[in-house]
Amino acid sequence: MSEVILEVKDLKKWFPVRRRISQLFKGEKSWVRAVDGVSFSIKKGEIFGLIGESGCGKTTTGKLLMKLLESTAGQIIFQGEDVTNLTPEGISRYKREIQMIFQDPYASMNPRFKIRDVLLEPLIIHKLGAGLEERISMATEVLEEVKMTPPIEFLDRYPHMLSGGQRQRVATARTLILSPTFIVADEPVSMIDLSTRAEVLQMMKEVQQDLNLTYLYITHDLSTARYFTDRIAVMYLGKIVEMGSADQIVDNTLHPYSRALIAAVCEPVTGKVNLIKEVPIKGEIPSAANIPAGCRFHPRCIFAKPECWELEEPGLEEAEPGHLVACRRYQEIV
Amino acid sequence: MLVKNSIPSGSDAKIISESLWRIRLNLLQQAWKNNWQIFTEKKIGLVGLWIIGFFILLAISHPILMAYWSSQELPPEAMMGHNKSLADVYDPIRGLDLRPGKDMMPLSHPAAPSWRHPFGTDPMGRDVLSQIMYSARIEFLFGVFSALLSVFLATLVGAVSAYFGGKIDAFFMRLADLVLTLPFLPFLIFLSSLLTLDLFKLGLVLGLLGGFGGRTIVLKSQALSIKVRPYIEAAKIAGGSHWHIIFRHIIPNILPLSFFYLMLGVTSAVMSEATLSFLGLLQAPISWGLIMNFARSFGYSFYEAWWLYLIPGVTITLFCGSFYLVGRGLDTLVNPKLRKR
Ligand code: SF4
Repeated sequence: MSEVILEVKDLKKWFPVRRRISQLFKGEKSWVRAVDGVSFSIKKGEIFGLIGESGCGKTTTGKLLMKLLESTAGQIIFQGEDVTNLTPEGISRYKREIQMIFQDPYASMNPRFKIRDVLLEPLIIHKLGAGLEERISMATEVLEEVKMTPPIEFLDRYPHMLSGGQRQRVATARTLILSPTFIVADEPVSMIDLSTRAEVLQMMKEVQQDLNLTYLYITHDLSTARYFTDRIAVMYLGKIVEMGSADQIVDNTLHPYSRALIAAVCEPVTGKVNLIKEVPIKGEIPSAANIPAGCRFHPRCIFAKPECWELEEPGLEEAEPGHLVACRRYQEIV
Repeated sequence: MLVKNSIPSGSDAKIISESLWRIRLNLLQQAWKNNWQIFTEKKIGLVGLWIIGFFILLAISHPILMAYWSSQELPPEAMMGHNKSLADVYDPIRGLDLRPGKDMMPLSHPAAPSWRHPFGTDPMGRDVLSQIMYSARIEFLFGVFSALLSVFLATLVGAVSAYFGGKIDAFFMRLADLVLTLPFLPFLIFLSSLLTLDLFKLGLVLGLLGGFGGRTIVLKSQALSIKVRPYIEAAKIAGGSHWHIIFRHIIPNILPLSFFYLMLGVTSAVMSEATLSFLGLLQAPISWGLIMNFARSFGYSFYEAWWLYLIPGVTITLFCGSFYLVGRGLDTLVNPKLRKR
């Protein structure tokens, strides 16, 4: 449980934006700083949650880990090996070790593929399994692992013939077929009916324990993260603003942004079902092309003081063992 | 969808023993069945198919008729020294009817439609029906070859430039712009002055122009919309190479549109061929356009020999129209927005 499987050091992804003519003359460049210096490490067998509202860079971080995007700066160290710049063989090896579950399981499967084709594709690409028979039996195995029984019934169906929950099970099965050690799950249940969410998460957790996997769980939904993850990092505009164990984040929230996220989770108070809670946050998330100076959260922070935007941006500091927060005033505002 | 629930979950072996090509075949069959249903909902596609079927019959029956004719020897008094069998009379290229008519005088050519020559004869005394039937085969081969070539190229180029983008994309798109702005007919006329254009060369030129022209742009935009689907990312994560993704994911998903353009391609190829033949710029033994060209170059107007214009004209229209109709019928398949369901 203590061995670090994945370490991310100061990871950055800046997308160039089209320049205005005046900038062109001055030779300036504008960037969308989608991921702006993110560091964290994930231990083997852990479920690590990455939380934030849409546009905060959490999905980009996931794609950087999957090597779907090339990072601008920083390092990704996987099992002690720097995977930021890999040879083609290295990438092929890495891609067997690390897999991804997508937000929309239906869109993540070719509509012309049967479940059989969806599951066999990675095996065919990586030339695993001798012949069709062995590959099919590998496919039935993973389908059983995700509780799609009897597996035979599903092999010849098309994705559109399955329910949302079943699709996400198949999507999970596909990631398992290469027997990876690390899985990035990008909002795996946000497109699924509320009623089946818990079931799918339960299945994912069982799979994780069965196969001793490590998950990076990306979500905007604190309520599922709280029960599903071991540790949580809260991301805002491309940076981590608070990180700690799930209990620390939820029960001893320090950063004003995390507080707003928690307040946004509607938990009806007995006797006050009609009460709409006031969420302690102002305005909307600014564009990542124009990140505010000083603490990047200050325009929306209800605790902001001039020091927050006049002084330079606060870094992550340890508030209690294993609990990091990037806020100047966290001690004052408890 | 049939679920194989008769097989107990334990006996994996039964399903596994299915070989790969059978699975593919089943898959194809399923897809065909569904598509056929949608296709037949619109009647115009079916009408087009019927007409195409009729032309196929026409094309096939010509060699059979020729074989029959060559077995039919003419009595010596009907031969007039030249015709030995019916085949010599009805041959689409070398035929000549010298047999005396009812009034014991030889037919004067071009002869209007009659019992002996249902579509009449051309100025050189050849049977027009035979020419129409013989040309049907040529037009099929030519149209399908040229359309296949152009759609094959357009699909490949569209998928590749959508997937890779950047310089490759820019190059092919500028090339497409160039082809699109090319004045089509003047270019072909210019080309025919440079080299003797035969049907094969014309098919090649039309295929290349079509393959790098406007169709590429449409297919590329379709491929672009496929490229951003999450299943492409999923395939990348599975470790799929560029070509794996292009051939397994992008091209199969733009193929319905390619098929649509295949139909339109036949139409436009045969139309261009007819135009060039009519203008006498094409080296071909015979074709529908050439029948009209002969009539014109021998100085016969529509009023003097209407059958030499009307019959090939209607034939060309029907033939091109039928492929166009099938294309329109496929529209519903290609364009999900037009589907009722
Ligand atoms: S540093 Fe200031 S502005 Fe930033 S979160 Fe803390 S209190 Fe709010």
